[in-house]
Amino acid sequence: MNILNLSNILEVYLVIAALLFGMGIYGLLHRRTLIGMLISSELILAAASLNFMTFSRFLAPDPTTGQIFTLFIMGIAAAEAAIALSIIIAVYRNYKSIDTEDVAGLQG
Amino acid sequence: MISLFTAEGLAGLFFLFIVAVTISGGLIAINSIRLPRAISGLALCFVGLAGLYYYLNSPFVAVMEMLIYVGAVCVTIVFAIMLADPGDEERIGHQSAISAPVSFGVGALLFWGMAILGVNTMWPVAAAKINDGSVKAIGHSLLTTYSMVFELISVVLLLAIIGSLVLARAGRDKS
Repeated sequence: MNILNLSNILEVYLVIAALLFGMGIYGLLHRRTLIGMLISSELILAAASLNFMTFSRFLAPDPTTGQIFTLFIMGIAAAEAAIALSIIIAVYRNYKSIDTEDVAGLQG
Repeated sequence: MISLFTAEGLAGLFFLFIVAVTISGGLIAINSIRLPRAISGLALCFVGLAGLYYYLNSPFVAVMEMLIYVGAVCVTIVFAIMLADPGDEERIGHQSAISAPVSFGVGALLFWGMAILGVNTMWPVAAAKINDGSVKAIGHSLLTTYSMVFELISVVLLLAIIGSLVLARAGRDKS
């Protein structure tokens, strides 16, 4: 196995996608501001897209399927980011903070 | 053995650089204290990801990644930071001591499990490809096989626009 031939190996992309997913989960649990959690969730979606693209390139009989699925993931991620950011702005207007510890109005 | 001084060798070297850009961008995005720096890391990670898509034989998706993620989503998050003004993350609130090691453990465990699973599985390769995955083939199947999903996602985007306008407007003074 040559280190310069890594771009043609399926497992390399799978490991990169798993690393992005793990980093996204770590950030989602560790971050305290809502925007930081949104950034981490974008990393998780990116990992899912990379997996779809990899399987579409190496394994699928129809190579367009993964690319089209990735385009749809991009559309959903853009919609999700827009909705989440407007929710964050509404939360900031009510609580004057976007820290997850402060947004506890429903806590008993 | 591929020599470094051929086209394939240089492409392989550039692939290693792209992988390093992606991973370091992700690390900056999750570890930096200040949120604008985290956004910059996220944009760097998406640039590297576009490069990976290029190596996966789909320049169209690579261009879309640059346009939508780097050009639109990151800029939108920057606008939200400007409107909400979160300040430094260290300054506000407090956090229990076990949060960082527990979340790091969960993330590392998920990465380890998925990487082991991906490397050890024998993936079955398709016998023959029915098209070449070019932009023409993408357009063709987007307007034949996936036309219903294509229509539905436009409705989803319309609803997201209207919903975010309504959400961001609620509570604002009517002056």
